Amino acid sequence: MREIEAKTITEAVKKLCIDACYYLNDEILDAFRKCKEKEESPVAVDILSQLEENARISREGQFPLCQDTGFAVLFVELGADVVIKGGTLPEAINEGVRQGYTEGYLRKSIVSDPLERKNTGDNTPAVLHLEIVPGDKLKITILPKGGGSENMSEVRMLKPADGAKGVIDFVLERVSKAGPNPCPPIVVGVGIGGTFEMAALIAKKALLRPLGSRNPKPHLAAIEEELIERINQMGIGPQGFGGRCTALAVHVEAYPCHIASLPAAVNIECHSHRHKEIVL
Amino acid sequence: MAEVKLSAPLTDKDVESLNIGDKVLITGSILVGRDSAHKRLIDLLDAGKPLPVDLKGQVIYYAGPSPARPGNPVGSAGPTTSGRIDPYAPRLLALGLKGMIGKGSRSAEVIEACKKYKAVYLAAVGGAAALIAKSIKKAEVIAYPDLGPEALRWMEVENFPAIVVNDTKGNDLYVEGRSQYQR
Repeated sequence: MREIEAKTITEAVKKLCIDACYYLNDEILDAFRKCKEKEESPVAVDILSQLEENARISREGQFPLCQDTGFAVLFVELGADVVIKGGTLPEAINEGVRQGYTEGYLRKSIVSDPLERKNTGDNTPAVLHLEIVPGDKLKITILPKGGGSENMSEVRMLKPADGAKGVIDFVLERVSKAGPNPCPPIVVGVGIGGTFEMAALIAKKALLRPLGSRNPKPHLAAIEEELIERINQMGIGPQGFGGRCTALAVHVEAYPCHIASLPAAVNIECHSHRHKEIVL
Repeated sequence: MAEVKLSAPLTDKDVESLNIGDKVLITGSILVGRDSAHKRLIDLLDAGKPLPVDLKGQVIYYAGPSPARPGNPVGSAGPTTSGRIDPYAPRLLALGLKGMIGKGSRSAEVIEACKKYKAVYLAAVGGAAALIAKSIKKAEVIAYPDLGPEALRWMEVENFPAIVVNDTKGNDLYVEGRSQYQR
């Protein structure tokens, strides 16, 4: 068994929160550049340049890329041979979020009760997705998720007869209705199959794939290709002012499902696609 | 597409001269508040009590900034989704509010109220929050500090960049822009 101190986890999570909110990953900056080359609208090109400039200011001045520094969503892969000493995993993670959001001047956007709506003041609790995997490592991935794009997401229980076309129509409808609201250019995570909650979870996990990568299964990759093309024909464009570049990427993930079901989920992510990971 | 310099607060003449797609640079004092602060303003109106601010000619920016680092007036401060304020906006427009800044589509009621009361809806670039913060020179909480990032604030801005989405004639840049590039 390998021992990992809870305070090591707290330190790592704190740094991940701050880094994710200040430093935009290169894959997004590359995608902005590619969009500018394809874009036909001068307004859209100007918006994309502003997003590049925003990323530079954030990186150099240590400012959050977006004032909405999100819900701290964490995916943790815990090796079966790891023992955590000096605390529990959820405690260690929440303490890291608390310290990261406070010391990093990140916005506290969480209310303790969805109806009473009193701010918790430290952005906790986090949303934690834990998976036990073989080995003696601990992998932590953070995806600070903004409210504006999350609000444009949806789970729908389709009929098996709806098939691939039903899924595609659902995704297109959702992106079209979202229009300018989720801060396009967006990243679209699609989950097909599983149960009600599993569809949503794999849609969110899909966001974490390398940007623009294709699902190894050809029939799912074909759906990704069709969706990105048709979404970018919608004309919504950066910020919804019109243009060619509405989505930076579409990632589809699938999971086995019940003979009676075809769950589908669309998780929309804004252009401020912030995620960082560490392996301890 | 014109680039227009505006000084806040605004007059009827200022807003009537604007058209969708115009880029504006705003200098002056603007209010800052999100849906929670709006709800409290509407509750005051419902109770027949005075508002903490006179809305005549004012511009309100839908935003909840991140905390300021020492030495800065504000942290990052981009717009939030305006749709959540739609149920509250027409009543404030009726009281003389002239401008709203946010991101995302407005309801038919808000677009109609912009025509009726001569007001405009402007979009700031969502997610360009660190860049936008450069145009904010001062910020001060004026009401509801218990709401934290959602408190009602005044901000002094200099060349704050935005684009006209809904003008006083009922036009909508989101609809026009999209149809121009749809295939």
